[in-house]
Amino acid sequence: MKELSLFDKVKKDWMRNKSLYIMVLPVLIFFILFHYKPMYGAIIAFKDYTPALGIAESPWVGLENFSRFFSSVYFGRLIRNTILLSVYSLIFGFPAPIILALLLNEVRSKKFKGLTQTVTYLPHFISMIVVTGMLVDFSMTSGLFNDIIELFGGERSPLLQNPDLYRTIYVASGIWQEAGWGSIIYLSALSGVDSQLYEAAQIDGAGKWKQLLNVTLPGIMPTIVIMFILKMGTLMNMGYEKTILLYNPATYETADIISSYIYRIGLLDQDWSYSTAIGLFNSVINFALLLITNKLARKCGETSLW
Amino acid sequence: MKSLKVKRSRGERIFTVFNYIFLSLIMLLCLYPVWYVVAASFSNSNMLTQHTGLLLKPVGWSTDAYSKVFRNPMIVRGYFNTLFVLVVGVTLDIIMTALGAYFLSRRRVLFKKPIMILIMFTMFFSGGMIPFYLNLKDLQLRDSLWGLILPFMISTYNLVILKTSFESIPESLIEAAQIDGAGHVTILSQVVLPLSKAILAVMVLYYGVAIWNSWFWASAIIRTRELYPLQVILREILMQNDVTSMTTGVGTMDQESVAMTIKYATIVVATVPILCVYPFLQKHFAKGTIAGAVKE
Repeated sequence: MKELSLFDKVKKDWMRNKSLYIMVLPVLIFFILFHYKPMYGAIIAFKDYTPALGIAESPWVGLENFSRFFSSVYFGRLIRNTILLSVYSLIFGFPAPIILALLLNEVRSKKFKGLTQTVTYLPHFISMIVVTGMLVDFSMTSGLFNDIIELFGGERSPLLQNPDLYRTIYVASGIWQEAGWGSIIYLSALSGVDSQLYEAAQIDGAGKWKQLLNVTLPGIMPTIVIMFILKMGTLMNMGYEKTILLYNPATYETADIISSYIYRIGLLDQDWSYSTAIGLFNSVINFALLLITNKLARKCGETSLW
Repeated sequence: MKSLKVKRSRGERIFTVFNYIFLSLIMLLCLYPVWYVVAASFSNSNMLTQHTGLLLKPVGWSTDAYSKVFRNPMIVRGYFNTLFVLVVGVTLDIIMTALGAYFLSRRRVLFKKPIMILIMFTMFFSGGMIPFYLNLKDLQLRDSLWGLILPFMISTYNLVILKTSFESIPESLIEAAQIDGAGHVTILSQVVLPLSKAILAVMVLYYGVAIWNSWFWASAIIRTRELYPLQVILREILMQNDVTSMTTGVGTMDQESVAMTIKYATIVVATVPILCVYPFLQKHFAKGTIAGAVKE
């Protein structure tokens, strides 16, 4: 058969799939308008943007906004807080859903298992406003947490005013909210482990512990690796919503992270170019982290994102 | 032949007992804060202020807080604003996501790969919060409920999940419809969507919960108080202690204690609708996870 020219190929494809392309058009417009247009807008990081002049007309300033950030007194604090909160969330938060899924997997009663799942999924559906609202209330001197502390002989204090406790509260409440929901993915991976492998292990005389190490964990390892890559890729990509709702000037020292700082100087103080530069710096690091972890995962095993 | 069923050892039985106890404690930990809020919201406000320690049931009994909440015009308004965004938003979200997912699930389409890359790239890179905000300003979507709908129509994660689900539909069914002369719109609406009811229900829940619970962009772009969605009002009540509008007429001594029960009642009112829905879809959640979807 004769090789078709590019033009013929496109023409043939258009004849065949015209209606498909028309269907995807609104989707493309959405992505261009709400994802790629802001990416173009991010060039104000290299400009001195004023709304009156607009993106195109505002004068270029090179890397000035970036060097201002790197030499800012807050630079070290923001990077440290972002990484520490992220790493603590990863260390304590990543294993939690895996352990929960493994324990749930050992439950024979279908009813009990279903009930535990329903109940542990519940916090995921509570809005951040409510979760942080409860945390703020419970942490007050007269709040529930202090009632419990007093019960065990401790002293009452405003917990969320204490920078030393902030990370603990942030990470622990994160686990409370997401561990149950996070276990879904591992439970579905667990149900995919071949039951013949367990039978074979039993015949070989392997106990529960040996089965866990030699059958269960290898079986769900690809899922664990993929989830780990995804988490590593978002290591510097800490969401701002919870931080904005939970911190206060008394805890900025340990609580303020890159994204909440962008929110304050960008949306509140309207320092557009500077805040965009910090955001762009953050996005580039996130992207690089994702590429690196994906490469590492590919080198260590066969699992990777792409 | 000897039975394969191995008698459970003593160690295993002990483990089982501890496992049940441990999981029960976890459940208690998940439920108690919620129960505390519910119990406090039905409490007598003066008695609640004096109460310390764990709350096992409402102290006193009073539905005062609820009648105040339902008489507050801002909360009622907020409910309707959220409902509008929810109904219009979820409808558009599902249509747009289905269109994208259907396109990406088709075979032998020349420009599928570049469009796929264009879409997937947005999962890993973004222009950031400020350019996004300036873009909304530029498109004149500020101070309008449409600004809470249009920019968030497609979640790329959900799109990828739905695409994977569409791909599992046998190609023969689609070819059969094509032979019968059905166009792509017909195939999507008459063949693909009816076969994807479970995953669509999960998508509706995901989008719905996201809309119901969202507050950040509403607080960033909405200036007119009459357009505030429920969560933004809730935030004012919870965070800024702004309950004065509801407690006018009550002596100042009383204000603080009334405020607490009102706070809790507002939380209940804003949270219960979601909590009533998700258990019904629980068995489909596994279909809605990204792990199976990310790798091609």
